[in-house]
Amino acid sequence: MRAIYLREMRAYFTTPIGYLFLAVYFLISGAVFSYSTLYSMSGDVTTYFTVMLFMDAILLPLLTMKSFSEERKQKTEQLLLTAPISLTSMVLAKFFAAYTMFFGVTCVSSLSFLILYRYAVVDTAILLGNLVALLLVGMAFIAVGVFVSSITENQLASAVGTVGILLVFLAISFLNAIIPFYPVRFVLSGISIFARYQNFLQGIFDVASLVYYLSVSAAFLFLTVRVFAKRRWN
Amino acid sequence: MIEFQNVVKRYGTHFALDDVSFKIEAGEIVGLLGPNGAGKSTAMNILTGYLAATSGRILVDGIDAVGSPIDVRRKIGYLPEQPPLYPEMTVDEYLSFVYSLKGCTLNKKKHLEEIMRLTQITDVRSRLISHLSKGYRQRVGIAEALVGDPPILIFDEPTVGLDPKQIIEIRSLLRALSKKHTVLLSTHILSEVQAVCRRVIVINRGKIVANERTEDMTRTLDEERCFRAEIVGPSKEVLSFLRNKSGVKRVEMVSSSQESETNVYEIDAEKGVDVRKTIFFACADNRWPLVGLAPIGEDLESIFVRLINKSDKSATKADTRKNKSPKAE
Repeated sequence: MRAIYLREMRAYFTTPIGYLFLAVYFLISGAVFSYSTLYSMSGDVTTYFTVMLFMDAILLPLLTMKSFSEERKQKTEQLLLTAPISLTSMVLAKFFAAYTMFFGVTCVSSLSFLILYRYAVVDTAILLGNLVALLLVGMAFIAVGVFVSSITENQLASAVGTVGILLVFLAISFLNAIIPFYPVRFVLSGISIFARYQNFLQGIFDVASLVYYLSVSAAFLFLTVRVFAKRRWN
Repeated sequence: MIEFQNVVKRYGTHFALDDVSFKIEAGEIVGLLGPNGAGKSTAMNILTGYLAATSGRILVDGIDAVGSPIDVRRKIGYLPEQPPLYPEMTVDEYLSFVYSLKGCTLNKKKHLEEIMRLTQITDVRSRLISHLSKGYRQRVGIAEALVGDPPILIFDEPTVGLDPKQIIEIRSLLRALSKKHTVLLSTHILSEVQAVCRRVIVINRGKIVANERTEDMTRTLDEERCFRAEIVGPSKEVLSFLRNKSGVKRVEMVSSSQESETNVYEIDAEKGVDVRKTIFFACADNRWPLVGLAPIGEDLESIFVRLINKSDKSATKADTRKNKSPKAE
């Protein structure tokens, strides 16, 4: 597992993709931060994290789009699949590599809030709650991305597919507002990524949501393992 | 060491492997031979755990490949048809990645250097794989299989796409490796099997059509030989005279030239008879100059074709039989 993780991390920085991701992420997070706080003279941190949630749905597929698609296309997956390692550790290695990138970039870009302390009263609890929520949602996003990349060998299809699935997940909460039937609303808000996120935005540390994000991640990683297990039988 | 027991691999209605059984003992070097699409790669992919068999059992060193795939994979070094290389890595980086991927415990520096020396890639060790030529890539792929010093080595068409000099080098490397490892290699080039392997398993349409030692195969050739003779003389008399000789199975005139009266005959010998002397003396007695005599056709190449044709024919027969009794399944 360690070998694949390290190779994956190296690959981010020996190909343009890692740099591209970092540059775009810092650019967007910097702009969102400036507009949501400094320009609008507000000490409110939730706007930044809400916008970044949607940005992540578009940016994170950049990290996961080639996880398995590239391996399949270059036939290097044959090396991984015939190596003495389990499918689970192979999938987890890929997942953690992408997550490390996301974790690093999110934490580093959140350092901008240090500036805000100079100009406004910032509620540190809300800030940290939001940060944790974003890091958790990112986990689920990356798990979805890893899954999609395992079912196609085309990087573009993998990226676009992931964005599509994530946006549908996010849109559920908007759909919710127009459905008049309560039981459907109840179910939808239960599986909606965004509805779960709102608790964190208000500074509430919601254990149910924590479990939810971890479960979504685990479910998609499990599906990824099954994709490879099933391919053996095809 | 390796045992296939009634292995079947089915894709929909197509059988990529149809009830394949064979055994490879430790220390053997065996060639898996067959035309493209015969099921060679499928067999290898199943053995290495990349694919699962539809039914049947594979034992490696007595261990079931389905039951404990990771233990089995630890014993196998595999070079797939297309070497699994990461273009953005250097050879050094790649091999040390493979080293830790396989969880090796040997002395890393010494082990990798030994492998690079064996496969002659030491001089490109710090170059990016994407900049390497096909021949070097193939050798890096072989090096990958050798990492961890596994007792079993599996090479899927190791010499494909190489130039003749490289082919000779790789073959001598394979021979050297077979001293310490059990080697299974696939190829559709017969001379490769002849040059490298001690045993050959011929596979066609997912079925084994022959499984014997390379020497035995060539000996079968010696027993039933066919010659091409160029004889100057009246063709009718030559034909009738030769046909009456003992040990001659069949004589046929294949071409003739009016000017020089030189005719070319094909002569099949009876099993185990060397008819060359008979032909020589027959011609000498009649004062028909024998201007050429050469064995024809019957090298591994034509045996192979014959085996394949035979199995194709029986397959077609079986197919038509199946078609005559529809819904047999």
